[in-house]
Amino acid sequence: MTTMTDPPNDQGFRLSQLIYDTRYRSATIQVIALIAFMVIAAFLVRNTITNLSALGKDIDFGFLFSRAAYDINQKLIPYSSNDPHWRAALVGLLNTLLVAILGCILATVIGVVAGVLRLSNNWLTARIMTVYVESFRNIPVLLWILAFMAVLSESLPSPRAFRGEEAEASMWLWNTIAVTNRGTYIPAPVWGPGSAIVVVIFLLSLLAIWAFGKWSQRRFEATGHLLPNFWIKLAILVGPTLLVYLLLGRPVAFSLPELAGFNFSGGIHLRNSMLALWLALSFYTGAFIAEIVRSGILAISKGQTEAAYALGLRPSRTMNLVILPQALRVIIPPLISQYLNLTKNSSLALAVGYMDLRSTLGGTTLNTTGRELESMLLMMLIYLVVSLVISSGMNFYNKTVRLKER
Amino acid sequence: MKKSVFLGALTLAGLAAGTAMAQDSSTLAAVKDRGTLRCGVNPGTPGFAAPDASGEFVGFDVDVCRAVAAAVLGDSEAVEYTPLTSAVRFTALASGEVDLLARNTTWTFTRDVDLKNTFVGVNYYDGQGFMVPKDLGVSSARELSGATVCIETGTTTELNLADYFRVNNMEYEPVPVESFTEAQTQFLAGACDVYTTDASALAASRASFENPEGYVVLPEIISKEPLGPLVRHGDDNWGDIVRWSLNAMIAAEEYGVTSANAAELANGTDNPEINRLLGVEGELGAMLGLENDWALNIITQVGNYGESFEKNIGENTPVGLARGLNAQWTEGGLIYSPPFR
Repeated sequence: MTTMTDPPNDQGFRLSQLIYDTRYRSATIQVIALIAFMVIAAFLVRNTITNLSALGKDIDFGFLFSRAAYDINQKLIPYSSNDPHWRAALVGLLNTLLVAILGCILATVIGVVAGVLRLSNNWLTARIMTVYVESFRNIPVLLWILAFMAVLSESLPSPRAFRGEEAEASMWLWNTIAVTNRGTYIPAPVWGPGSAIVVVIFLLSLLAIWAFGKWSQRRFEATGHLLPNFWIKLAILVGPTLLVYLLLGRPVAFSLPELAGFNFSGGIHLRNSMLALWLALSFYTGAFIAEIVRSGILAISKGQTEAAYALGLRPSRTMNLVILPQALRVIIPPLISQYLNLTKNSSLALAVGYMDLRSTLGGTTLNTTGRELESMLLMMLIYLVVSLVISSGMNFYNKTVRLKER
Repeated sequence: MKKSVFLGALTLAGLAAGTAMAQDSSTLAAVKDRGTLRCGVNPGTPGFAAPDASGEFVGFDVDVCRAVAAAVLGDSEAVEYTPLTSAVRFTALASGEVDLLARNTTWTFTRDVDLKNTFVGVNYYDGQGFMVPKDLGVSSARELSGATVCIETGTTTELNLADYFRVNNMEYEPVPVESFTEAQTQFLAGACDVYTTDASALAASRASFENPEGYVVLPEIISKEPLGPLVRHGDDNWGDIVRWSLNAMIAAEEYGVTSANAAELANGTDNPEINRLLGVEGELGAMLGLENDWALNIITQVGNYGESFEKNIGENTPVGLARGLNAQWTEGGLIYSPPFR
């Protein structure tokens, strides 16, 4: 706009400009901050290496390939004490992921139910949920884990109590489920010949349910007529599979838990350590999720509910079709943090003897090999990667429910 | 410009501190400066290390800490005890949090060589055993296939257990627990059929039960567990002090020097070895960098090996352990001190 009246400064660049000239100042500060950061990092690394070599130790990950020599009770992949430490760590990692995934699912269910019920018009229901949320949110999760474990191992009968003619304890649900202080034993499927067909049919019916849902939605949008979706889906889920199962002469049998030797054998053994950890983490995180859900619902204008009622929608349908879809946009971002918290909190598993990554790599391996720094670095790296994967997955989901701006 | 000068000074100070930290100063000087010995002990194994009614740690392992404090500082009470779980003990020692670990720790090759510890001796020769409730009707460890076993994580017992069951083609379900106390709770609640650890700790544990007769320790001993105190690598003088403090207790028993007669014997005897031990003759204390009455302090304040054994874990205590392998070599045991000369 204006022409330059001052002659260009021909004094050239002066050092003080780095501080006093706004054109350079921000760059100067950033360079100084970068140097300071690098100096501190270098100092920490150098100090660690010097101190380790003063102790006569070096950094070496070779221990991962030596024999682990310890047993792990819950293993999702084959593992024996002859396998190397890295495989023990992998078994631990899978146990961590198992409890994290189960925990996230249960915590979401608990959280959504509790969050919705806390806004209920029923005074008693709302208050009970308030008590649940406040008590779980305000007591450290480690105490909850220990409390659940104590209840499970102290109050339930030991397998010995099931023995004898006049046993003190008996199994639940027509002698199919044994609840003991060592864990719960549930029937396990035994895959007989032809069972593959049943499984394929089951998977196909899942596909059919999905396709039906799409079709039903399109039909609804086109005609405005609503089908009893839930019952039809249930029929598709159960009908064909049951029919094929009976036609093929029941190829899938169930092995029931029974007393043999010291313990129950047969069936699937859900260890108390896992149950305690799973329930405690789910209820604890569920309390936080309940608050997130509540805040999400409250963020939606009351006018939306009133408008839905005015159109004649029932309260449950209003919640499912109008309020929750909009609330999801508010709920998802903080929910990601809760999933991350739950996953990281699962590292408290050692307190109840659940062999997760922290108990294998960061516990027994660290202890028997004495490689503290290496194990810790590796463990931090693994938790970081797991957290980043969860976070990016959830962020992807967040993009799909975000308000579409056109 | 001021800021960068400040940062530069900070960096230099940091680097200087780093160099200072990297130099491992003498543990003896550090203990003398501080006026207390920092000793890592078991958080609670009756007889070996456990707080008594007044909250003071007492026990057979604790006596090693007290002996070293008596030798270095002249006062067996000048000890700060740090209760350590088996999982953190070596880290605590390596990082300098404790000067000495006297925590029924098994002397193994890896722990000695690879973990850079210095085991200074053995104060209890032990082996791993199994305890079961009597009404289980088991009389041998060979009958334990399929059993649920409570085991402290990060111990040699965990590794021995895995090997024993694998070699004998037996199956088991490990229940890992973090501490001795939790293992007991789980075992008493019936959450595991078997509790396995060092036989001495089993005896100690059984002694603390409400109904000790309801439980039996099986006859099989499946491993060698030489338990002893250890220090960090790299400070040989400190290692010597701890080693010879333990040896002084052992030698004192062999020569018949007790807490009752040590002061009297310190006036001089015909036995030159006793004279050297009690500092009447020679300069053994000075060679360690200690006062010449270092061993006398140990024996008068803590007692000799046999006295400590009888007081804490002997047959007249609730733990009720026989001397067995832990008798003096003159009595057919393995307890043996190199000569004081």
